[in-house]
Amino acid sequence: MRGILLSLLLAFSLGAHAGEAQPNAEDPIIEQRLIKLAEDLRCLVCQNESLAGSHAELAEDLRREIREQMKAGKNDQEVIAYLTERYGDFVLYRPPFKPVTYLLWLGPLLFLALGAGIWYLTLKKRRAVKTLTVDEKQLAAAAQLLEEK
Amino acid sequence: MPPEAAHALEQAAKAQYTRDSRTRRAPADGQCTYTEETHMIPELGHFAIILALLLALAQAVLPLVGAQRGNLTLMAVARPAAQGQFVFLLIAYACLAYSFLVNDFTVENVARNSFSQLPEVYRFTATWGSHEGSLLLWVVVLAFWSTAVSVFSRHLPDDMVARVLGVMGLISIGFIAFLLLTSNPFERLIPAPPDGRDMNPLLQDWGMIIHPPMLYMGYVGFAVAFAFAIAALLSGRMDAAWARWSRPWTTVAWAFLTLGIVLGSWWAYRELGWGGWWFWDPTENASFMPWLAGTALIHSLAVTEKRGAFKAWTVLLALTTFSLSLLGTFLVRSGVLSSVHAFATDPARGAFILGFLAVVIGGSLILYAWRAPKMITGGLFGWFSREAMLLANNVILLAAMGAVLLGTLYPLVMDALGLGKISVGPPYFNAVFVPLMAPALFLLGVGPLVRWKGDSLPDIVTRLKWALAVSVVTGFALPFTLEGFNPWATLGFALAIWIILTVVIGFRDRLKHGARLASLPRAFWGMQLAHFGLAWGILGMTLVANYEQERDVRMNVGDYTTLAGYTFTFRGTTEHDGPNYRAARGTVEVSRDGKPLYTLRPEKRIYNASGTPMTEAAVRYSLTSDIYVSLGEPLDEEAKTWAVRVYYKPFINWMWFGAAFMIVGGFLAASDRRYRIAVRRQESPAGAAVQGA
Amino acid sequence: MKRWIPLILFAVLVGFFAKGLFLNPREVPSPFIGKPAPAFSLPVVGSAAQTFGPTDMKGKVWLLNVWAPWCVSCRQEHPVLMQLARERAVPIVGLNWKDKDREAAQLLAQNGNPYVAVPDDLSGKTGIDYGVTGTPETYVIDRDGIIRMKHVGPITPEVWEKKFEPKLKELGA
Repeated sequence: MRGILLSLLLAFSLGAHAGEAQPNAEDPIIEQRLIKLAEDLRCLVCQNESLAGSHAELAEDLRREIREQMKAGKNDQEVIAYLTERYGDFVLYRPPFKPVTYLLWLGPLLFLALGAGIWYLTLKKRRAVKTLTVDEKQLAAAAQLLEEK
Repeated sequence: MPPEAAHALEQAAKAQYTRDSRTRRAPADGQCTYTEETHMIPELGHFAIILALLLALAQAVLPLVGAQRGNLTLMAVARPAAQGQFVFLLIAYACLAYSFLVNDFTVENVARNSFSQLPEVYRFTATWGSHEGSLLLWVVVLAFWSTAVSVFSRHLPDDMVARVLGVMGLISIGFIAFLLLTSNPFERLIPAPPDGRDMNPLLQDWGMIIHPPMLYMGYVGFAVAFAFAIAALLSGRMDAAWARWSRPWTTVAWAFLTLGIVLGSWWAYRELGWGGWWFWDPTENASFMPWLAGTALIHSLAVTEKRGAFKAWTVLLALTTFSLSLLGTFLVRSGVLSSVHAFATDPARGAFILGFLAVVIGGSLILYAWRAPKMITGGLFGWFSREAMLLANNVILLAAMGAVLLGTLYPLVMDALGLGKISVGPPYFNAVFVPLMAPALFLLGVGPLVRWKGDSLPDIVTRLKWALAVSVVTGFALPFTLEGFNPWATLGFALAIWIILTVVIGFRDRLKHGARLASLPRAFWGMQLAHFGLAWGILGMTLVANYEQERDVRMNVGDYTTLAGYTFTFRGTTEHDGPNYRAARGTVEVSRDGKPLYTLRPEKRIYNASGTPMTEAAVRYSLTSDIYVSLGEPLDEEAKTWAVRVYYKPFINWMWFGAAFMIVGGFLAASDRRYRIAVRRQESPAGAAVQGA
Repeated sequence: MKRWIPLILFAVLVGFFAKGLFLNPREVPSPFIGKPAPAFSLPVVGSAAQTFGPTDMKGKVWLLNVWAPWCVSCRQEHPVLMQLARERAVPIVGLNWKDKDREAAQLLAQNGNPYVAVPDDLSGKTGIDYGVTGTPETYVIDRDGIIRMKHVGPITPEVWEKKFEPKLKELGA
């Protein structure tokens, strides 16, 4: 943090000489926060792109708005609330966890649980009576023969 | 577009027109501008499609009836009909390609998707750049697979071949009818415009040349597995031989689909300018779901082939995999989902495809419900057996597929139920997919080492405990040597190293019993290479996702910035024009410790026809990392200062290499001796026996 | 009976898809329906001193039409708005959105001005406050300043008849 401030200070004092390129953003810390947040937000005028990467004008406007909010000290939750108040949940790429999306978030777990249940029941039906104990070498030799066939 | 620019473009196009003397005279306003030589080719193409439809009808109806009745003559129609259909579709395809190559703008498809200044290679790839053209490619690829089946099926019983080709013929009928009725690629546009509307600049990359055909080879290729499954249900005959016959076809289709998906991902990485390679976009998901189901299928087929178990399940999985391919085709063209990748959408077309889907998939599932219980299933196995491991593989892969399907369709379902509109994007998919796949990847290490029917858990634990310890320790240690504790990186590293170690153990075990590397069966090599490739890919993915770095800076001529030990010096931009675009080409010198290494030249292009700006990143590829530079916007009037983004992507190429191993492994496994012996045996004089129904 | 499960699941899916063909995945409902119109105070096009805000319309049912001089669809909508203004159906306020080239005044002088006021949202911030993603978009606001309806896209005679008229009647316009 100090390093960045120092180099910024240095850069300004060096004036317009060719030197270390300055970050495009005024405040790299906020910018990082912005990008991380914007990656989880939808560009509303694009077909399917995040707010972080889009070059659309509305996307630029919204990023500018978010930057200002962050500079004013708002945290991520407040910025998200600001956007959803105006654009609804559609703007979030990470769907909120509310009753209407319980099935969405819990679904994969349910699928896995269902699958595990099927696995268990199938195996119960198919259990071999006993696993024979055979000399390992003989087994391997037999396997070899089968493979070559 | 502002009127002055449009006018300027029109003038430029007209000027280009008079220079392009291949097929045009300078047009006077309102005059017809197509010459005699191109006049009939589109109609020829159209006619060829109609003939192909007739052949598809023959290919479908006659052999299926013949197989039902045991009529050899009718069954014998299948092969020549399939081959004939392929020939005519190739002719149609050639006609469309020709129209593009000679800039025949009287063909609407050409006018919409091409441009006279478009380089020749992209004019050719434009044949599949549109909805109509890509559908034509779809049916050509389907006909290709039908032809391949017709050629490589001498060892199969006649009724099976008849049914397989017959079912593929039915699918062909549906798609060709769709083409002719709603999406004719040879639709004329008269009077022809002076020039085309140009191809989307994002498609003007050589990724476009191979990604769609390979993707189609994969996802359409699963139609073969589907057809085999239907044939099994229709004939009521399902034995291990059936699995052995359909397995190589399925594995090859899977390998092509892997290739298609990876090419798409690599192309996005290079073209989109911000270094991302997977966005969980609905169209990407549309190809990933059949891949997940297809992977489950090739593993399930192993059990059916070796042990005669899971027959009904494998059949259902084969039906599901191709159904997912069809579903993907529907999603991308119907407009029900919003995607960067979707073709121009039309609900009328969407309705046709949905109807077709309902008939094909619904029909196959009805057949399944009716006939599957009749399948006698075999094989008993214990809790700790190869079968149990493979069943676990299937369960997890299908849960993952279900999760992707759920996320992709949830917005649609909510909207249809009037519950509002939401978006489901990468944060959701990444959050659910990775935890789901982790246990599968762990089991991947164990499964191949466990014996069929039953094995001893204590034995396996003894054999693997060192590998487990090494993986876990390295998984934790590696991030510490880099940037410190990182649980995601640990997970990725541990799983990848675990798989690699178990692959090595697999080889060691085989060699221990006296075999030589070269004499190990191809199926085994294929499996090992594919699993190793997956692990290597995961290693690459973990490294790049966790350790990539980027700088977004404002650069004036002479400015420099540093990243990952490299220094990037900006030397300004120069004007540089391409065949169909104007560009500002930047020069960025890259050095390390004062020693100059190489120069990168990113471009910012404006395409002539559409005025679309595009950034063409400059990438320096190497085994251990990619250095990626892209130009943003000029920040001042004279374009002396630019916004430049510099990325360091460590080990990203390991992802592509890993995928290459998976693909090679797939092809290798499909060419295993036991599939080829069957073919060879039939070519001997004694093998000409006719088999009845 | 479990052999019928795949078919049943598929049938349900097809049902959703069939419904989906009639929906537009890009059409986003406004979260403002039933909520107060966000406050603003913007200078008015064509007058240096005047400002306009939604409180100026309290007590009336009115339309807030978000438009821009550079917007092609707005030109298509314009004659319809002119007709509505002539009939004095309901007062229309035209929010001039992101008019960087300052063309609004000239355009309205040339083609006619259907608006009772033209607040100037140069930065687009007020648009963001209303959840605007493009032009034209029209809001129906009631006497108490509550947003009752939002229409995305140009107002055509059919849209007016089917969507707006019933709503306005309901609000007692």
